[in-house]
Amino acid sequence: MIETVAAGPSENAKTGSASAKQALPLTTRAPGSIDVYRDDFDKLPSAPDWLQTLRNQGMARFEALGFPSTKNEDWHFTSVAPIAERSFALASVGDAEETNERRGASRRKRDATNAAGITPAHLERFKFGEHDWHTLVFVNGVLSEDLSSFAGLGAGVRVWSLARAIKSDAEVVQRNLGNIAKFEQHTFTALNTAFISDGAFIELQPDTVVERPIHLLFVSDGDGVSHPRNLVVAGRHSHAVLIESYVSVRDSEYFTNAVTEIAVGDGAHIDHYRLQRESESAFHVGTVQAREARDSQLHSFSFATGGSLARTNIYTSLDGDAATCTLNGLYLTDGTQHIDNQTSIEHIAPNCPSHELYKGILDGRSHGVFNGKVYVHPEAQKTDGKQSNNNLLLSPSARVDTKPQLEIFADDVKCTHGATVGRLDEVAMFYLNSRGIGRETARTLLTYAFAADVLETIELEPLKKELEKMVLARFSA
Amino acid sequence: MLEINDLHAGIGDREILRGITLRVNAGEVHAVMGPNGSGKSTLAQVLAGNPSYEVTRGTVTYNGQNLLEQDPEVRAQNGIFLAFQYPVEIPGVSNAYFLRSAYNEIRKANGQEEVDPLEFLDLVQERLKLVDMDESMLSRSVNQGFSGGEKKRNEIFQLAVLQPRLAILDETDSGLDIDALRIVAQGVNKLRSPDNATIVVTHYQRLLNYIIPDFVHVLANGRIVKSGGKELAFELEEKGYDWIQSSSDVVAGAIS
Repeated sequence: MIETVAAGPSENAKTGSASAKQALPLTTRAPGSIDVYRDDFDKLPSAPDWLQTLRNQGMARFEALGFPSTKNEDWHFTSVAPIAERSFALASVGDAEETNERRGASRRKRDATNAAGITPAHLERFKFGEHDWHTLVFVNGVLSEDLSSFAGLGAGVRVWSLARAIKSDAEVVQRNLGNIAKFEQHTFTALNTAFISDGAFIELQPDTVVERPIHLLFVSDGDGVSHPRNLVVAGRHSHAVLIESYVSVRDSEYFTNAVTEIAVGDGAHIDHYRLQRESESAFHVGTVQAREARDSQLHSFSFATGGSLARTNIYTSLDGDAATCTLNGLYLTDGTQHIDNQTSIEHIAPNCPSHELYKGILDGRSHGVFNGKVYVHPEAQKTDGKQSNNNLLLSPSARVDTKPQLEIFADDVKCTHGATVGRLDEVAMFYLNSRGIGRETARTLLTYAFAADVLETIELEPLKKELEKMVLARFSA
Repeated sequence: MLEINDLHAGIGDREILRGITLRVNAGEVHAVMGPNGSGKSTLAQVLAGNPSYEVTRGTVTYNGQNLLEQDPEVRAQNGIFLAFQYPVEIPGVSNAYFLRSAYNEIRKANGQEEVDPLEFLDLVQERLKLVDMDESMLSRSVNQGFSGGEKKRNEIFQLAVLQPRLAILDETDSGLDIDALRIVAQGVNKLRSPDNATIVVTHYQRLLNYIIPDFVHVLANGRIVKSGGKELAFELEEKGYDWIQSSSDVVAGAIS
């Protein structure tokens, strides 16, 4: 059973896979900008051989691919020209300790990694009022020990900065880093790989349950580029709740290019919340790539509301029998923002259910994009896939392009997908008005109501409350 | 309380109401009856301020104010309540939140203090009994997944909580079984007072066995073609709407 619904003014919405056999180049060359990355790459402090090899591969691939043009099917609705045309110097170099040692030393003009300017008070509003969560704070991509607190994690959990993990040469790091997040076709992942230096490394031993959530809080402060890289390796039957937040303490024009790799072991269960709340002038490309072993569960929630141009990729591959994933998301855009959400679910093993619900609320002259791929391999029989994307346009100038894609190569599967684009329901509006509730309040209420079901899927109560508040505040007059 | 004079209204180019004149005083119950397409529901919607309808001629005065100039929320704040023929589902908004918002908006507009959720809960509990609904409905989304009967009872529940001065019931009886009809009618009767007025719009005489009207008006082709006491409803039930329609044709013919 395959059903497709595409409605509303999204004339560009296509379903199915568009053919991309054009002879035109798939990328735009912006040599100036690429050279800046090359310059900074050449200046990176040396890394262990295994990492240097990986970085070199990343850089070579990035240079070969260049920035994607809108001819590239994956970037059809999103032009990255604003990123390609700018020259972002590296916001930090080397691993955290090295950088910290050089703190205060005269360096070429770039944003210092020092956390001195950022105080815990600055970060309070990004913490959901939860002080007993394990929190790792990264400033411009580099761990700030001063601002972080993640003691008392208990046996069976290793939470390190990636910089430390790299230094340790741990086998688990070498084996997984760069092995889950593929960069053959992904420019930004290739670029991130070239600059792997810091981020979070989380390892859960088998049967370990982390009681309290682990919050990775990435703060940008400046106008450079950072390439945070996270690696999560969840052992058999382990469980943890992870939050990745991307925020800024002031409105500046920086670029975050983040990659998170998650290996979900047999029967393991990871709840992953990704909150993109960058400055409204910022650029953000973030990728989460998971690989799920048999009977594992991944629950992902992606919230995106920041940035002038932002793209979030949530990719998972169901590699083992009966692995499940839930990919939910909510994007709120306003002004001239452009927020793109791409998901990919690869059903490789049989008997895997996947559920996906993304909702978008778009106001002003903003532009939202949803592109969800579900790819069912020939061996993935008994796949049960459900995907939907619903959008609410609050202004006549807002726009959304939605493209659910199903590619099925197995013959015994149940997959549905659908997309809708609509405006506020005038009948419901009159109903509320007729009860004494004025237009503005009714608009806020209906907007909130639109988002309610997807917010309801958030199991982390403080986070749910905070996001509900953000939805109410964002669109109230 | 309400004075409707030569009211003409419609949707787009289609005129539905073609000169309604009606006067409703405090303490009265008026039944508006008529066949499908006669304009009954349009009258109800126009009084509540549905923006889909355009008033092309005539006046409506409510407590001395020009009603037609007021936005629907202002009308509600001034005490007008429409029980919808087709109550609207609002997924994601709980009945409690919805109704408390409405209650407080109306209080605010009338210079009264807002009530907090706990006070509000006390207030609504007895009103729930009035329509025989369980408290659990408060946490459910507005009308979502409600049966036809539940939706209608929810309308009367809202009526009971908001306590309007002029209640307009738009075919609240249609689709109700006799038990639900009784519950709804009891709810309405309990709320009758010398200060309030009710307009009951209905297709059938049945509801009027339970809500006894002071006046019955028969609508056909957008006009009131006959008015009388409650016995008019029985006459209609007996003779059917054809009787009225043919007589209205005669009237129209005589005028032209």
